[in-house]
Formats: sequence, C-alpha cells, structure tokens
Amino acid sequence: MLFEKYDPLKGEMLQILDHEGKIVNDKLEPKISKDTLLKMYRTMVLGRVADEKALQFQRQGRMLTYAPNIGQEAAQVGPMAALKDNDWLVLAFREFNAMLYKGVTLEQAFLYWYGNERGSRYADEVKVLPINVPIGSQINHAAGVAYASKLQKKDEVAIVFIGDGGTSHGEFHEGMNFAATFDVPMITIIQNNQYAISTPRHKATKAKTLAQKAVAYGIPGIQVDGNDPLAMYLAVEEARKRAIKGDGPTLIEAVTYRIGPHTTSDNPKLYREDEEVEKWMEKDPIKRFKKYLIDKKLWSDKKDEELYEEHKQNVLDTFKHVEETGEVSLEEIFEYTYENMTPNLIEQMEYYKEYLKQGGNE
Amino acid sequence: MPNKTILQSINEALDQSMEKDKSVVVYGEDVGYEGGVFRTTAGLQKKYGEERVFDTPIAEAAIVGSAVGMAVNGLKPVVEMQFSGFSLPAYNQIVTHVARFRNRSRGKYHLPMVIRMPYGGGVKALEHHSESLETLYAHIPGLKLVIPSTPYDAKGLMIAAINDPDPVIFMEPKRIYRAFKQEVPDEMYEVPIGKARIVKKGNDITIIAWGALVREVEKAMDLVPDVNAEIIDLRTISPIDQETIINSVKKTGRVLIVHEAVKSFGPAAEIISLINEKAFLYLEAAPKRLTGFDITVPLPKGEPHFIIDPEQIAYEAKNIMAFEA
Repeated sequence: MLFEKYDPLKGEMLQILDHEGKIVNDKLEPKISKDTLLKMYRTMVLGRVADEKALQFQRQGRMLTYAPNIGQEAAQVGPMAALKDNDWLVLAFREFNAMLYKGVTLEQAFLYWYGNERGSRYADEVKVLPINVPIGSQINHAAGVAYASKLQKKDEVAIVFIGDGGTSHGEFHEGMNFAATFDVPMITIIQNNQYAISTPRHKATKAKTLAQKAVAYGIPGIQVDGNDPLAMYLAVEEARKRAIKGDGPTLIEAVTYRIGPHTTSDNPKLYREDEEVEKWMEKDPIKRFKKYLIDKKLWSDKKDEELYEEHKQNVLDTFKHVEETGEVSLEEIFEYTYENMTPNLIEQMEYYKEYLKQGGNE
Repeated sequence: MPNKTILQSINEALDQSMEKDKSVVVYGEDVGYEGGVFRTTAGLQKKYGEERVFDTPIAEAAIVGSAVGMAVNGLKPVVEMQFSGFSLPAYNQIVTHVARFRNRSRGKYHLPMVIRMPYGGGVKALEHHSESLETLYAHIPGLKLVIPSTPYDAKGLMIAAINDPDPVIFMEPKRIYRAFKQEVPDEMYEVPIGKARIVKKGNDITIIAWGALVREVEKAMDLVPDVNAEIIDLRTISPIDQETIINSVKKTGRVLIVHEAVKSFGPAAEIISLINEKAFLYLEAAPKRLTGFDITVPLPKGEPHFIIDPEQIAYEAKNIMAFEA
C-alpha cells in the first residue's frame, strides 16, 4: 500500500519526521520499541563521532584515506533497524553506521580504513559481506545471496546499499533485473547523496528520481527522505514484508546529502558551494531524531552530552588500540590467497624471509 | 627549458593535442569539471568546452564502448579509467572490440583512441587502487601498451599515442605523478612507441624496468657502485622492443627484470622467454625476475612487504653478479 501511494513517477517523497523533528505524517509513524529507538540514536551518534574523529586522525597522518558518512546516518540506520538479526547486509563502502548497527565492531570498521584486511573479518554470526569498492558490483552479490535464501527456504532477506553514482553502472541494471526476474528477497537502498565524487546527480542521469528506475524492473520503487530515520525504517519494514512473502525486491531511494568529502583525497570546494552544504546541514538527521526522542520523553540534553562524551572516549580508545595492534605480518599477506598455500607462494615467502635475514629491509 | 612533472607533461600533451586537432575529445569519471581526481585533465574543460571535455556517469564499459563508436566516426577519444583496478568493467569492450575492430573489418575501421589509466602501488591506497595489470593488456593482440617513467617521455609518448592509428593503453605511474621534475620542451614532439630507452649504459648486467620502478633501479645502482649495470626503461610493453633488450643482454650476459605486477605469467616471463630464444648462448647467469608476489596487492598496512625497494633490487643484482657457471 505504501508503495502504491508513494509513486516515484508522481514525484512523491515519503517523509514522517520533518527537518525540525516534528511528525508530519502521524498515520505512518512506525511503532518502534524504546530499545530500538535508542539503539538507532546511539549508533547514529557513534557513527558521527567516529567520522569526525577519523577525519582528524587522517589529518594527523594516523589514518589512511577515509570516506566519511556525515549526514547519511539515518539513511543507513533506519533500514538496519527494520531488519532482523538473520538478514544479510551487502555493502558498498559508505555504510559505516549500517555496519555498526549490524554488529561490526568499531574496531573492525576502523581497522579496514587503517589499511588492514582484518577489518573485514567480522565475527561469524555477523552476516555482513566485506566492503565492496568496485562500483555497482555488489548488487549482483546481493541478488545471489537472496536467491540462496529463497531456494533454501530461509526466513531472511538481503539488503544492499549503493550510491546515486552507482546506479549509472551496468552492473546495477544487471543485478536489479536479475533479482526482480527471480522475485528474490532483496532490498536495495540507494543512498542518493547527490554526488558521484565531483559529478552532481543531475549530470549523471536524466531520470527525475532514482526510485523510478524500479518501474523498468517491474518492482516497487519509493523515494524517501533519507535524513528521516522513521521514514527509512517504515519503507524497509514494508519492503521486508514483501520480500518474505515472496513478492520480490524493492528499490528505495534515500534522498540525503554527503556533508563531507567523497574521501579524504577529495576537495569538494572544487565543485560545490558552501551554501549548498549549509542548507543541507539544516536537515541534519541526528538533530531531528534527537528532538523526536526528547518529545517522546525518551531522551534528554543531559543524556545526550553523556552519550557524546562516552562515544568520544570509546572512539579514542578504540583507535589507539587499532594503532597498537594494526600491523600486518609477512605471512598474513600470503596465507589467504588459497585455502592452502601453493608451492609457488611458499617459495616466494621463503625467498623474502631469506632476503630479510640477509639484512634486507621491508 | 621549463621543468615539469609527469602529471604536468601529460596535461600539456592533452592540451596541445586538443588545440591542434579538433577531433581529440577527452572524457571519463570526474575528468571534466574538476579536472580528474589527480588533476591530470585540469583546465581542459574550461579551455575546450563541455562538448570536448566531459564528465561521464560511473560506467567504464560505456566510456570505452562509446569511444569505439566515436573513433569509427571521425573522433580521437582519449578516455580515462580512474584507476587501472577499475578498468575491468571495460575489459569486455577492450578485449572484444577495441583490440579487434581493425582485424574484424579487414582494415575498413581502425580505432585511433587512447585509454589512460593510473596504475601501480606505493600510494597507501584502498583496495583496487594499487594494481599493476600490464599482462591483462599486453596479452591482447591488437592493443599497444605504453608506460612512461619520466616527464619528457610522458609528454612525447602521450602525443605519439594520440597520433597512433591503433588503440593505445596508456598506464600512468601515479606514485611518481608529482615525484620529480625534468626539463620538458614546450613544443609538441613524439617519443616513438615500441622503442625502449637506455637509461644508463653498462657492461655487467642488464636491468629492465618501467614506470615508477625505473627510478628505484637507478637508486639501487647507487647502492652498489661496483656493479656497472645497463638500465633499460622499456617504455612500451607491447609491442616490445626486442632489439634493445637482446643487444644489451648479448653485451652483458646477465639480466634482471623488475616489475610490480605479480610474478606468474607476468611481463618478465615473456621477456625472459625472448632472451632464451634470441640470446641463450650469451647468458652467463640464469635470467632473474624481481616482481610482485603472486598475491592480491595488500592494503597499506601489509603493502610494505609487497613493494619492491632499491635495497632489494641491489641485493638481487649482486646475487646475479656473484653467479658463476
């Protein structure tokens, strides 16, 4: 019903909580438990604090290239809160908050951006695929994960994230079409943060919305205020119901904004105005969610201050630990190439050890 | 003569080629408005307009596939793959069409196009930003593969690549984009494709490298002054300059090939085969290769184990010199 009402071809965008934290659509306000609401908020604040600190660490030369999520917290946490523990998360690379919500530890998430593959070795029970850098290719993985869920009659869905830029890629089309054709339980979230590095969304496609691309696949698509955690929650909750029933995938466009640079290697001042960024900062997802929680008597300014302090300390301690334990041994770069090291690899590793023994430097 | 970096030299080659030849167009992801993530194409859109220099959607197959169409219809596209690790969605177009149009049409169509791609490690980058994929392109009949190691060659090879009637893969060693400057003429000139450069003459051992590793070899030889090496910068991987390699090996009898691409089935394997075929009886020691290990390029914390440095090159050169049959 939701997807019939919010038809992307008619340009209607789902919003429940407006920029100021007021409920503008009370009939649609999702019923979310207190614990879940607080977990959502705590994760968003942790994500924000981690991002801001990571940018600092990077400037200090302690962190490598980093892709911040600032401004996109609701687009990531809203969907994850509407899923179940046994659902799968298939990543692109700007889903730090979704990862944290799903059980990836802060330490692992940092370790990856610190330049260590162990940061993608999540705990066994955490059903998250590693960060996927080649644009658009993850959609096909999610289609396969969801196909396997369906074939094996597992009561689970796969959620996959992609950026607005990624929808230009051939593999986006291939993956969406594949998933739709086989009615697999997949939910695609497009984080439309308005930029593919320097290229604005309107220069990457003639389509009025990205959600309308669903029409061609014969599946529902919906445009959602991506800075509204309640709207994102609701859209995914509905999409999950469809998926579990066997009705197939749903395409959700989260309209949001990348407040920070693409990565720390990028300088957005080359291609966009500060005023545009400031305008979007007024639509901050954390600010409006906090107001909502305070209005519901679930939160207070005092608790908020404590939370930020707690997270700051946590982030500092965690990153320090990453720095202390984040080195990679020679053996490690070889041993995950195959299940068993080949004679070739053993020979190459032994050669290098011999070189080091002879006084060679790393 | 003014001093320029590799990056400036490539930019200048593109600029002057566009100025001189209206059929040259430049496009790719982020290359237009902001002038590329490395700024290699900075200023070109302003000068030549959005029709000739433009940003594309993120779609490598579309970038290369459309260049095929443009090339058969009178343009000379110079397209960019943002990193060589991201050229693979276009690999289908490159292998199945770019390399074959001349042959398929028995010469009716040919593709005067250049596919630029920054490549190589040592820049502490994320996954897929550090690969050396020479073999993937050098192995395909119909493609030329060029890799400059100096600003002078970067300009001359780029101009030659744009003027070449056949498709050229132009790999740019991003680690040394801005590492050093060299005197580069302001006027246009070509450095011939298919011709290696003898960096330094010597009689003891032939050391062959390209891209960022040429400088590493030069530094290595400073560490072992008693070894009088002949250093060859291959510059064009395919078609390979057999003559320069074979003549050098016939003189020195010893050879070391250094590349960052992984070892097995890599470029050094081809070069050593060539030497075995054409200079076997001149060899005084087994030809050696110092290459990347047969692994995925590690993320930055593991990358130092993978990167080849001057000390390691010097160590290998000494080992080969110590060999006596």
